[in-house]
Amino acid sequence: MSLMKNLISGTNFDHKSLNALQKVTLRAVIVSFLFYGLVALEGMIMRMVQVGPTAPIPEMFFHPDHYFSIMTVHPIVGIFGSTYQLVFAAFSFLVPFLTKKPLYSVKLANWTWGLITGGTALAWIAAFVWQYAPLYTLYWPLPADTTQFSAIGGIVFILGVALIMLGTFGFIYNIYATIFQKIGVHENKTTKELLISGFGIDGMLNLWHKLTGKPPYSKEPALALPVVAIFRGTVDTFLDAIVILSAGLLVLVYLIFDASGSPLNVATIDALLYKNYFWWGLDLVADGLVLIYVAGSWYLLATLITGQKLFMENVARAALMLELLVSWMVWSHHLLADQGQPEMMKLISGEMVTAFELLTQGLALFITLVTLWKARPLKMTMELKYLLGGLVGFGLAVPAAIIQADMGMNRVLHNTQWIIGAHVHIALIVGLYMTLYSAVYVLWPIVTNNTKLFSNKLSNIHFWLHLVGGIGMGAFMGMAGLDGMLRRHLYVNGEFNTWMVLAAICGAMLLTAWFLFLLNVVMSVGIKGLIGIFLPAEDQTASYGIEPETVAENHKV
Amino acid sequence: MTFSNSAELLSFHWFAYSIYSALIISVIAWFGYNLTRKEKAKSVVRIPFYTYIGFLVAMGVGHHIFTYNTIPWVSQDITRHEITPDATYTFEIENHKWINMPKKVTVQCEQTIEFDVRSRDLVYGFGLFRQDGSMVMQMQVNPGTDVNGILDPNDILWTFNHNGKFDVISTEYSGPDAYDEHTGKDLMFVKNFVEVVGCKEEGGKK
Repeated sequence: MSLMKNLISGTNFDHKSLNALQKVTLRAVIVSFLFYGLVALEGMIMRMVQVGPTAPIPEMFFHPDHYFSIMTVHPIVGIFGSTYQLVFAAFSFLVPFLTKKPLYSVKLANWTWGLITGGTALAWIAAFVWQYAPLYTLYWPLPADTTQFSAIGGIVFILGVALIMLGTFGFIYNIYATIFQKIGVHENKTTKELLISGFGIDGMLNLWHKLTGKPPYSKEPALALPVVAIFRGTVDTFLDAIVILSAGLLVLVYLIFDASGSPLNVATIDALLYKNYFWWGLDLVADGLVLIYVAGSWYLLATLITGQKLFMENVARAALMLELLVSWMVWSHHLLADQGQPEMMKLISGEMVTAFELLTQGLALFITLVTLWKARPLKMTMELKYLLGGLVGFGLAVPAAIIQADMGMNRVLHNTQWIIGAHVHIALIVGLYMTLYSAVYVLWPIVTNNTKLFSNKLSNIHFWLHLVGGIGMGAFMGMAGLDGMLRRHLYVNGEFNTWMVLAAICGAMLLTAWFLFLLNVVMSVGIKGLIGIFLPAEDQTASYGIEPETVAENHKV
Repeated sequence: MTFSNSAELLSFHWFAYSIYSALIISVIAWFGYNLTRKEKAKSVVRIPFYTYIGFLVAMGVGHHIFTYNTIPWVSQDITRHEITPDATYTFEIENHKWINMPKKVTVQCEQTIEFDVRSRDLVYGFGLFRQDGSMVMQMQVNPGTDVNGILDPNDILWTFNHNGKFDVISTEYSGPDAYDEHTGKDLMFVKNFVEVVGCKEEGGKK
């Protein structure tokens, strides 16, 4: 088949054969990867500014207004436009797939990706047109500071974020409505049984019964373990959306009053209290949602790849419950450099409870590795490679987080490139995205009705470029941080030039990896297929019937 | 073992974390290689589950115990309101400008200095940096007032054990107005704000 034919028509992809659930999943996935490309470009622009005046980019990017506008939307596009979309799409497909029940509403799933896409675009426009740049942290009263920013820009930005949160609520409703549907295998289950299973309480009770010599509380839990992780992580997604939305409303009220000529007094809001509230919510994304969703994804991928039951399943279920409590109490590690923050909160929430994440994530890593090990020998498929890459990512990023969540270390690491490089970027790009790529490769045949991938060679090149580029970029940013480079600061004279040139090379590898992945997808489904994905589905079915066991067959040697 | 300044601590951290990184990457790579092999892999070391869990708990808690005992500014920070500093410098920030800030602070070796920085409008940061750009220490500077309308303090105690000249940078983003619109120059940067004298070359009082 010629390259041109591939480009137009793909390999054997037929968008007309896809049902409504498959189409809505693919729509969100495509938009997610387009946003990923945008965020990678933004990252490269900022990196080139940090390289210094010799960098081959237009002079306008060195202007503080422009630079910080990019820095403001970079995480909004990356976390919400790309990651949220990809995770929501995968889970909206997986919950029906694993529970063998239809998705509650495909229409709502379409609204979800539409709202998140529109909201992300609006926030981006606010930064691009009005250069609204309070950064994602929105530290009070900066987002309401109309001496530096346009009120209209702020209003558009906040409306964009509000749309993203509305889309998030749509996802949450859809997931819980699907789980609690009393049909199929759950026809005779009570809401109480589903709740107990969803929170992982049955796993805890099973452990307790085992210790006390009683028969198991539940031999066949109502919900599969990955669904439990989705259930649990979605609690944090909900709480996080409430916090971000309410903080946004507060900013919106101030901006509207300002635009109407009667500004309110920003000093009536306590900046430190606001920081606590905001970080409590925002940290639910990082320490609740991400870690729990990721643990659940590892368990799912390990069981799908091996076709075997998860090792120590009851412990894994109970650990998800523990992570619930941990994720609600760790936010103070973001406030270790705030001298007004009570010392006990720094000590207990910031240090001790945060350290528990080493335990919960270490446990998830251990269970996943042992499950894979017990199923040896396995074929080194793309999904297995990416899963191992994801494990490496969190194996690096979680200890980095525990190190910096310490009163001594934080004094010299807070707000440096170490935090955003060695911890955040490695966690997201290597840990989270490689886990998500693994899920993409597992789900690809199921969601596309066995469409042949255009090139395995491209997939492999993508893997290595992404892995080396991701670890390298995070590492070099981290080293710059140890040399004193701040994360939310403009350096225009190439002050940390060597590290930034090395980080830029790794960033270019990431950008190339993304392009090759996109090329592989486009050559597999074709431009006609891409357009077809966005056309209404002829088959309105909202579930998919492939048994998870059949996925494992592909991994046997 | 005690770290006398942040440079020593960061060098140690760089070394320890690099070794850990190489180790975890190697372990997963070894694991991935052996996953595909038909022959049974020889265990290098057998780690029982509860030993592994115990190790994680020990690392999580032990890390804080280690830093508390080796990094002098941790206990000093917790008990700072019971310590009488050798000198106190109180100044403010408003509209991205330092107000009532001394032009230069000269510190004798091993003196403990209190910096109390207050903000009249936004969240800023206060950080001291060496001439090579590396960080000595930093804190956040939050705005706010008490019931009497007095600006909230953001205070830090610091003991200087090494000679040097240190610059001030606001370590928290406070909007683009902190920079020159055209050149991007940091307008809150203060060159050679602190000078420490009287220490031996390797640190400590002469």
